[in-house]
Amino acid sequence: MSNPNELRYSKEHEWLSAAEDGVSTVGITEHAANALGDVVFVQLPEVGDSVSAGETCGELESTKSVSDLYSPVSGEVTEVNEDVVNDPSLVNSAPFEGGWLFKVRITDEPADLLSADEYTAFSAG
Amino acid sequence: MSSTGELRHTALDALHRSLGATMTDFAGWDMPLRYGSERDEHIAVRTKAGLFDLSHMGEITVTGPQAGALLDFALVGNIGGVKPGRARYTMICRADGGILDDLIVYRLGETEAASSEYMVVANASNAQVVLDALTERAAGFDAEVRDDRDAYALLAVQGPQSPGILKSLTDADLDGLKYYAGLPGTVAGVPALIARTGYTGEDGFELFVKPEHAVELWQALTKAGEGVGLVPCGLSCRDTLRLEAGMPLYGHELSTSLTPFDAGLGRVVKFEKEGDFVGREALREAAARAEQNPPRVLVGLVAEGRRVPRAGYAVVAGGEVVGEVTSGAPSPTLGKPIAMAYVDAAHAAPGSAGVGVDIRGSHEPYEVVALPFYRRQK
Repeated sequence: MSNPNELRYSKEHEWLSAAEDGVSTVGITEHAANALGDVVFVQLPEVGDSVSAGETCGELESTKSVSDLYSPVSGEVTEVNEDVVNDPSLVNSAPFEGGWLFKVRITDEPADLLSADEYTAFSAG
Repeated sequence: MSSTGELRHTALDALHRSLGATMTDFAGWDMPLRYGSERDEHIAVRTKAGLFDLSHMGEITVTGPQAGALLDFALVGNIGGVKPGRARYTMICRADGGILDDLIVYRLGETEAASSEYMVVANASNAQVVLDALTERAAGFDAEVRDDRDAYALLAVQGPQSPGILKSLTDADLDGLKYYAGLPGTVAGVPALIARTGYTGEDGFELFVKPEHAVELWQALTKAGEGVGLVPCGLSCRDTLRLEAGMPLYGHELSTSLTPFDAGLGRVVKFEKEGDFVGREALREAAARAEQNPPRVLVGLVAEGRRVPRAGYAVVAGGEVVGEVTSGAPSPTLGKPIAMAYVDAAHAAPGSAGVGVDIRGSHEPYEVVALPFYRRQK
């Protein structure tokens, strides 16, 4: 399982893309998707919602369990991935690509986001 | 289930790991949860075939001239009446009628000696409780209760392709083997009790073999099933398969706080059998109670939306709690979330209006349906 180098990661297993015009994309990692099993339902924040770093902003439901979705950063949601709402299995099949969850205009971010190498070590431990 | 000691491993443990299985603690056993996608495994069993390791199940052998009489006393079913080579679904209850476990009892056959031998298969989580109860209840009977949990590995082949797969590996008369029957034979050169049972709603077989033969048999079955879509399957899809088939699971639909009558399974209690049995008086009362004042009914619920009901969630109607979900999952076959739930009789009829499930604070609409959700075409 390889975690793309250009992304940063939270200890809640979200990934965050580098910002373009102040907006970053958020998803969950392949490690998290594998641990969840088949994702069957996602509830995402709405466009315009304020999200806070480390706080719940949605939920991911798999065959066996339901998990909270946390935001890795604080900011305003600018877009949500309707494709993944319609086809939650994208979270499993393409967690770093078509399975992205939402975009956020960042106002604040925690200092402890991990690099790909750090996250790989963290999620293996 | 939490576990204090070391997890137990089946004879197939190394094989599961080599297949990349995600493992889980199940009743103190480290068992395969899934190998890849549990949804794909589920669909393979419905359409082709799946191979399961069920070695955590608890086998207890009961032998001796009064083996049948002991089981008639200890269990609620008519076990003495089971013919050699057949099997029966039954329950073991406490004196107060509460369900200790649901069981399958095989009466072994073929030879005169074997016909007074029974194999009781208990759920992994209850195996010790059932063993203790049978041992205690055997006092005064000319019968021996033997803990055979370590004597068997259990492999199951389930799905429409399973008869063909097994036929390529055995001379046993599978066409003559009915549902809920078992016969001794040889599969891929390995001595096995071949039973036409399962917990998936599909045709299929359960193969009880010595643990030292488990890997060889698994590999032979894998090879025989290669061309017809057989895949290894974990306990996750076994749970969604049994849920679609409306089969109860101990700890969810069944518990010591329910009698078989409360669980809608009063038919397994055979009052007409000779002699006393543990729980008879309490079960008589439970039957009468159920007659006069219908208890909550086990029903099926099908979601209109996509949120999944989980065990313990409240069933609601008109702002009132009218029941509780006992098992819930997204159904790969129906393509919608489904659940089993105990609901008040007033809301139990299929099509009852206004029934919902409280999913973390939001009342999601559900349709009440009769169980099972899925019945295979024969």
